[in-house]
Amino acid sequence: MAGRQSIFDKIWQRHAIADLGDGFTLLHVDRHVVCDLTGKGFVELEKRGGTVRNPELTFAVADHSISTDPENPDPRFLKNDFVVNLRRQAARFGFTHFDIGERGHGIEHVVAPELGIVLPGLTVACADSHTVTLGAMGAIAWGIGQSELVHILATQCSVQRKPKRMRIRLDGTLPPGVYAKDLILHLIGQTGTGAGTGHAVELCGTAIDALGMEGRFTMCNMTIELGARFGMIAPDETTFAYLAGRPYAPQGALWDRAIADWRTLASDAGAEFDVELSFNVSAIAPQVTWGTNPGAVLPIGGCVPDPANEADVAALDYMGLTPGTAIEGLPIDWVFIGSCTNSRISDLREAAAIVGGRKVAPNVRAWVVPGSTEVKLQAEAEHLDAIFRAAGFEWREPGCSMCLAANGDLVPRGMRAVSTSNRNFVGRQGPGSRTHLASPALAAASACLGVIADPRKLRF
Amino acid sequence: MPSLIEVAGPAAPMLTPNINTDAIAPLYRPATAGSPRPFTQTDEERAKNLFAGLRYDLADDELPDFVLNRPPFRSAKFILALDNFACGSSRESAVWYLYAFGIRCVVAPSFGEIFFDNCFKNGLLPLVLDAATIRELAAEAATGADFTLDVRRATLTAPSGRTIEFTLSDFRREALLTGADEIAMTQRREAAIAAHQERQRRERPWVLRESAK
Ligand code: SF4
Repeated sequence: MAGRQSIFDKIWQRHAIADLGDGFTLLHVDRHVVCDLTGKGFVELEKRGGTVRNPELTFAVADHSISTDPENPDPRFLKNDFVVNLRRQAARFGFTHFDIGERGHGIEHVVAPELGIVLPGLTVACADSHTVTLGAMGAIAWGIGQSELVHILATQCSVQRKPKRMRIRLDGTLPPGVYAKDLILHLIGQTGTGAGTGHAVELCGTAIDALGMEGRFTMCNMTIELGARFGMIAPDETTFAYLAGRPYAPQGALWDRAIADWRTLASDAGAEFDVELSFNVSAIAPQVTWGTNPGAVLPIGGCVPDPANEADVAALDYMGLTPGTAIEGLPIDWVFIGSCTNSRISDLREAAAIVGGRKVAPNVRAWVVPGSTEVKLQAEAEHLDAIFRAAGFEWREPGCSMCLAANGDLVPRGMRAVSTSNRNFVGRQGPGSRTHLASPALAAASACLGVIADPRKLRF
Repeated sequence: MPSLIEVAGPAAPMLTPNINTDAIAPLYRPATAGSPRPFTQTDEERAKNLFAGLRYDLADDELPDFVLNRPPFRSAKFILALDNFACGSSRESAVWYLYAFGIRCVVAPSFGEIFFDNCFKNGLLPLVLDAATIRELAAEAATGADFTLDVRRATLTAPSGRTIEFTLSDFRREALLTGADEIAMTQRREAAIAAHQERQRRERPWVLRESAK
């Protein structure tokens, strides 16, 4: 197989400790990121009298359970059991915890690359399905459940079934006003939400090459919405430039050695894939979802489709939509710019560029929730917060917030939201909430016009 | 982990694709939306919260039409579903809620992958059958009569006596039958883990960090 390996195979092979038979491998986990919704896992570890085998490879951050309200009366979250427990476990087991308000705090999949914790060629696991985001770094990164979390804490290894390989080539140049988010939504719309099931997806092609790291994170973030537990992009100069100088990235001579190694991490010319797909993306328009899964997506000029099955009928009913209605111009109540899909500095810059001197429409409540303390400070240094605030957006503290509504931040029942997050499932943003997924630019345009809006008409 | 050897009971038909983990294990019941989440839950609470968004109204009363609220299916051991069951978030609570309710086997043409793996760590079998077969089984399930799963023989028997054989890797079957403790099994490979780390430190010293900050 030498000389014919995919990047996935190469990294997998480097981490295989034992072949367990039946297609299962014991894999070493190089970085384990732990969030706050892991209480039961630590209870289990304690029950077993266990220890964390490699605390130096374990990093924790509280993101899901925390309120992002700047006026939060409990700013240190001393009353939040999830946070209190995480602090206690970090102190007890000796792993690094980036506490609220510190640099390094934020949504786990935003801070892990931002700090240089994730590097090309590594294996990274975290008890969250969007860990796949980190594959954009040229790493194998996957989401696990709580049982596996305990397994990794105790052994620094994970039992994994080797997936099939899929390569998706995206060639072309994205038109102005069209972003990585539109690209991934379009792709999911084309292939369906189950297309990647059982596969490790490698994204490549000229459209991917041209994306900055942040756009690549957005792409890999939503490969789980293609059904793929693993998504990745081979590392290149863009990746290395992003990583250089990050606090946990190698420095000096070690950096040079690392780069030389990382340059070998690409799929070989003859590498075989179980499935290969190819798309030209030069003509795609801004995308927005109409239904209750991310594959139910339309170009902004499109109309709500006729239902194809019972599930579509239910989705239309839940979303309060009638077939044939133009999606552009649909009145909205809420806008959420945030989540591990689209809360990085480039996302906030794009949104702020659309907002410019405009105002949020009177019928809309609009939030910007930066993905991390670092992103928030950077945005404030660039006065983006001033643009948002002047327009009437709420400028919030970092966290998952309204992406999953586990923290009091939710879209009220029956309200229609344009959201830059990744899931439009029934009730995801709060019971009865209606979510339309879109890019930060489309969300910002919609906030200003009070309806689902085409960002190209405001800026390009 | 509890073992799963044999189980019999009604099969609740939920013939919808893409039933995601947010639906299976929602963060709230409709009546409790926005209230703080409890840090831990009892199995009784988990059973109650299964499919809560579909099972209860705003007054926290059961919706009589929902399949798991109807008498024979209140004691369902199986769920019959369509493609991509339990896609979405990695929350293992989706498995715990199903298990606490009494479900021991979900039959679907495909599953969310993280859920699929989580099942085997909790004594629950995610069984892949084609959609046409599942629709036929659902017709039989409507009466609430018992289905039987035999993990040793790898068979599912419908009320009519129709028996479907399925394949299960030895690895998975052993885990279910013995309730294997995967952590203890991995810990027995400590020497190999240490050797791997040693080699990484030598060959690629940037991969593993020496100590926590
Ligand atoms: S932002 Fe949303 S998708 Fe991302 S980790 Fe948080 S809850 Fe999960």
